[in-house]
Amino acid sequence: MRYEAPRTLADATGMLASCQGTARVLAGGTDLLVALRSGLVEPELVVDIKRIPGMADIVAEDGGWRVGAAVPGAALGHHDGVCRAWPGVVEAVELIGSTQIQGRATMVGNLCNASPAADSVPAMMAAGALARIAGPDGTERDVPVGDVAIGPGVTSLAPGELVASIFLPETPARSGDAYLRLIPRTEMDIAVVGAAVSLTLDEGGCCTAAKVVLGAVGPRALVVEDGAAAILGTTLDDEALAALERVASAAARPIDDKRGTVPYRRKVAGVLARRAAHIASRRAGEKS
Amino acid sequence: MSLQHVTTTVNGDATEFLCDAAETLLDALRDRLGLTGSKEGCASGDCGACSVMLDGRLVCSCLVLAAEADGREVETIEGMAGTGELHPLQTKFLELGALQCGICTPGFLVAAKALLDENPDPDETEVRYWLAGNLCRCTGYDKIIRAVLETAADLREE
Amino acid sequence: MELEFTTRTTFDKVGTRPPRPDGTDKVTGRALYGADLAGADMLVGKVLRSPHAHARILAIDTSRAEALTGVKAVVTRDDFPHIGPEGTVKGEVEESVWDVARNVMARDKALYEGHAVAAVAATSTAVARQALKLIDITWQVLPHVTDVDEAMRSDAPLVHEDMITAGMDPVPEEPSNIAEYRKVEMGDIEAGFAAADVIAEQSFRTEAAHQGYIEPHACVASASEDGLAELWCCTQGHFSVRDMCANILGMDLASLRVTSSEIGGGFGGKTTVFLEPVALLLSRKSGRPVKMTMSRDEVFRASGPTSSTSITARIGATRDGRITACDATLRYQGGAFPGSPVGIGAVCGMAPYDCPNVVLHCYDVVVNRPKAAAYRAPGAPMAAFAIESLLDDIARKLDIDPVELRLKNAVKEGSSSVYGPTFGPIGFEECLETARDHPSLEAVPGPNQARGIAAGFWPNFGGQTSVTVNVNTDGTVLVSLGTPDIGGSRASMCLMAAEELQIPYERVKAIIADTSALGHNDTTGGSRVTHSAGLATIEASRKVIDIMKRRAAATWDIDVDAVVWDQGCVRPSGANAGDHEPLTFDAIAAMASATGGPIAGHAEINAEGAGASFAVHVCDLEVDPETGRVTILRYLAVQDAGKAIHPDYVEGQYQGGVTQGIGWALNEEYIYGSDGVLQNPGFLDYRIPVASDLPMIDTVIVEVPNPGHPYGVRGVGETPIVPPLAAVANAVSRAIGRRMTETPMSPPRILAAIDGTS
Repeated sequence: MRYEAPRTLADATGMLASCQGTARVLAGGTDLLVALRSGLVEPELVVDIKRIPGMADIVAEDGGWRVGAAVPGAALGHHDGVCRAWPGVVEAVELIGSTQIQGRATMVGNLCNASPAADSVPAMMAAGALARIAGPDGTERDVPVGDVAIGPGVTSLAPGELVASIFLPETPARSGDAYLRLIPRTEMDIAVVGAAVSLTLDEGGCCTAAKVVLGAVGPRALVVEDGAAAILGTTLDDEALAALERVASAAARPIDDKRGTVPYRRKVAGVLARRAAHIASRRAGEKS
Repeated sequence: MSLQHVTTTVNGDATEFLCDAAETLLDALRDRLGLTGSKEGCASGDCGACSVMLDGRLVCSCLVLAAEADGREVETIEGMAGTGELHPLQTKFLELGALQCGICTPGFLVAAKALLDENPDPDETEVRYWLAGNLCRCTGYDKIIRAVLETAADLREE
Repeated sequence: MELEFTTRTTFDKVGTRPPRPDGTDKVTGRALYGADLAGADMLVGKVLRSPHAHARILAIDTSRAEALTGVKAVVTRDDFPHIGPEGTVKGEVEESVWDVARNVMARDKALYEGHAVAAVAATSTAVARQALKLIDITWQVLPHVTDVDEAMRSDAPLVHEDMITAGMDPVPEEPSNIAEYRKVEMGDIEAGFAAADVIAEQSFRTEAAHQGYIEPHACVASASEDGLAELWCCTQGHFSVRDMCANILGMDLASLRVTSSEIGGGFGGKTTVFLEPVALLLSRKSGRPVKMTMSRDEVFRASGPTSSTSITARIGATRDGRITACDATLRYQGGAFPGSPVGIGAVCGMAPYDCPNVVLHCYDVVVNRPKAAAYRAPGAPMAAFAIESLLDDIARKLDIDPVELRLKNAVKEGSSSVYGPTFGPIGFEECLETARDHPSLEAVPGPNQARGIAAGFWPNFGGQTSVTVNVNTDGTVLVSLGTPDIGGSRASMCLMAAEELQIPYERVKAIIADTSALGHNDTTGGSRVTHSAGLATIEASRKVIDIMKRRAAATWDIDVDAVVWDQGCVRPSGANAGDHEPLTFDAIAAMASATGGPIAGHAEINAEGAGASFAVHVCDLEVDPETGRVTILRYLAVQDAGKAIHPDYVEGQYQGGVTQGIGWALNEEYIYGSDGVLQNPGFLDYRIPVASDLPMIDTVIVEVPNPGHPYGVRGVGETPIVPPLAAVANAVSRAIGRRMTETPMSPPRILAAIDGTS
């Protein structure tokens, strides 16, 4: 294995593109090093992107925030602007692992690891986040976060491409987001179910925009269009929340595995969607 | 296999070593530098026994490539005590019997120090969540949490 | 000299909480554990493990691995000497040498996924890993069984084709996976149930739990050309390691010296050998020192766990709450080899209660899982889970407070125990009363919250122990122990020596000596060390006092009967003995050379008189009715320590045992796929409790002195893990209004119980 720590994005994408064997990008390394140690991957090349200027920066852009690919969770959690704008995204990122993991793990890494149970991905999708993908010939393209991880361990990135940053858009007035997950312990577990809700209220407290995204109940994070429909035009009263719970449960496509059963995941997907919507609406109300 | 040359700072001392590209910082600390105070309990970031500070951030050294330490500052348990004097956390752990077998103790101490450096007045819940990545199988955490809370209180008095 | 004593009740040093002598090294990172030793020219050893749950090994070809540059030795089954099936060797309990040997390296079959089949020693970890991939094994995959109930069926795949159940009458003609059947019986069970007004009956299952010590197994072996060898390893019993390795490898005991490193947790799991004989063979074959460490997944796949169980039990009681009868069938799998702790577990379940009519049917079953190792109170938590759950059901049926029900039936001094002996002074009633009156019980559970109560028992062990107390010429004292210190026992020994010698605690230090320095010591296990090594330390200290009296008497030229030991000094016993200034401990130590040479006391004993320890636990928790998640709100552990030598470490044992029990109750389990492969061999999915999962754990140390120890000590380490499974289950069951009968009580399982779909 070769280790490289390029100083420019072009060098990084160039190295990835010219590598004949398996190449891996190293940001926080909290997934990659586990895979290396277990022999799950035996890459020919590891490209550490943390020495590229700007990669660890969070910058304001068009009323939103651009978060570099090497920003660890701990840094995101300390950023007042992002915390104010997208508390659901931040809480999702902060749920990834321990304090130690937070010192390293990045939102982009969580995305590109493409685990169906990734905590930050449903939250980013609910936020309408865009991934900026850098290519080997200096190209850049922006794609919705939901189009990056397309199956367990599989991304849509072409050889030589890497995700350089995430853009979290400007939040409209009276909007809020939230992410909840179910784990057996209080920390250190992989989500058995995750649910993210982002919504906007009008002055009367009526929901005018909503996104509901579930994690760990399908091969990739699952957008529940019916869930959004269930709360749109409502004040998130009990009836609307009950409807959201029902459709979220119905939309879930879980599997049985060591972390949970199909009926369990299905039921809890609805419970968490309802609870997350409740929190998101409270946050939206507080921001009026 | 060609080795990687790493120039770094460990516990304030300029240090150089050679390592494999795939080698972890934990392995380099233990096997190349003889700093065996950082322990391998899992090699997957789940137990925290290998906790060190990397450029002022708490990390699991099993999840850092040794090569990444080039040009950076590493602090380990071996650097925690001053010359001839234990850190107040170390003293408090001894005073309260906050260790049994002691294998997790270095990781807990490094992590607890990072907490108190960042938050001098944590409540019990904050201490428990901050230390959730440090597994202890002996103590049930009770005396560890008390030791951290009491040390924080002592340091605030000073 | 036989130690004669009356149990003391007043102390200067015992019962205080000084810092431990090994503490500073442990908070600074200096302390050396199993993997921390490095030597010149040292090779790295790695093990190749079976990917199959059950497979015949038709051929092993190591030639490609041996040809790899940097590989210095490869060993397989062919490198081990032949041994017969008859020998036994003592770890925590007596084990078959042949079984331990076959567990260390598979012979004709791999019996579980993770079973060692070959090992290499190479110049680096990377080379060793690469070499493992170059070992070619021809497998014949066989059907497997991992579930204890399925393994007992007559059509189950046979783990050992020739195993005939022991203890059956008549002897079965067909082989099976039932290694042994044992029946424990007293009274008239039918009459007992006939006298009952209420009967509670239920089937229970517990999944296997791993000891979960944070330090993986590790050792360094160095064998020399003259047949001698040295071994450094993390173990609960280096004398047992020596005996096992020597037996497996055909060495004599004097040729192998074993040093125990600091040990990073064991809980019973480090009472046998895994890597050690392999490392010795690799070292012998390569001519170089070999270091071996297990990765975390190897720890889960190949070491440790305790039994999974299936228990059916029935308890009858009269209307006023007197237990009249208990019958139970207990099925414990011991992994791929006989020796599950079903027998001791079964009796521990009923031991707290004075029940005249008992029948316990005990089945020791083999399956395609790793060989079960001792785990803290081996076998007892599962039996207590069943018994204490049924008692809670009886309490509810009779509308009696669960503590009062237990008080009505509690064993006391003079009660006959279900396992034979009549109890001496014991503290069960005191524990129950203390729990009942504890202020934490004033909290009133809110919605979705409930309280669970359960009791626990462990008999505690004694055993062979050898201790030397050396007095230095400056008056400091060194205690050499042969029982690895797993949780602060050196501090307790220093306290007991200081108490006996009447010198400051700070003047006493303790070490764990290697196998060449002391007589035999049984393993640290069965909660025996503070009792047994304490007894030996006290006896050795008294010998020191005896020598000091003789030295002083000789100095004064008076008879030894004319001097007394008082306040750390020797003084004349009275005016008739002459007018001599008292000689202090330090003064006599300083004149050792002039008065006859070094002063040392030693004791070699086979300790008896271990006193049983009872506990009562109270758990308050909350269940999220929509997700089945449990939050522990409060926990109280009350337990009889006899006499707490160092209360910090007694409380620590209670808190640690409780936490392990909570983990087992709620989330810890071995999860096997249909292929017989362990699916969760890591701390990510084998979920031991983390700091944020728990509240502070309240403890009360009850002290009913054990007359079998001069200070009244009872072992305390094991009992605290016995009640939590049932305490948690009783609380969850009360919170959701349905009886939980299986561990782990994970969120999906609890939600299914709530929804009635389980």
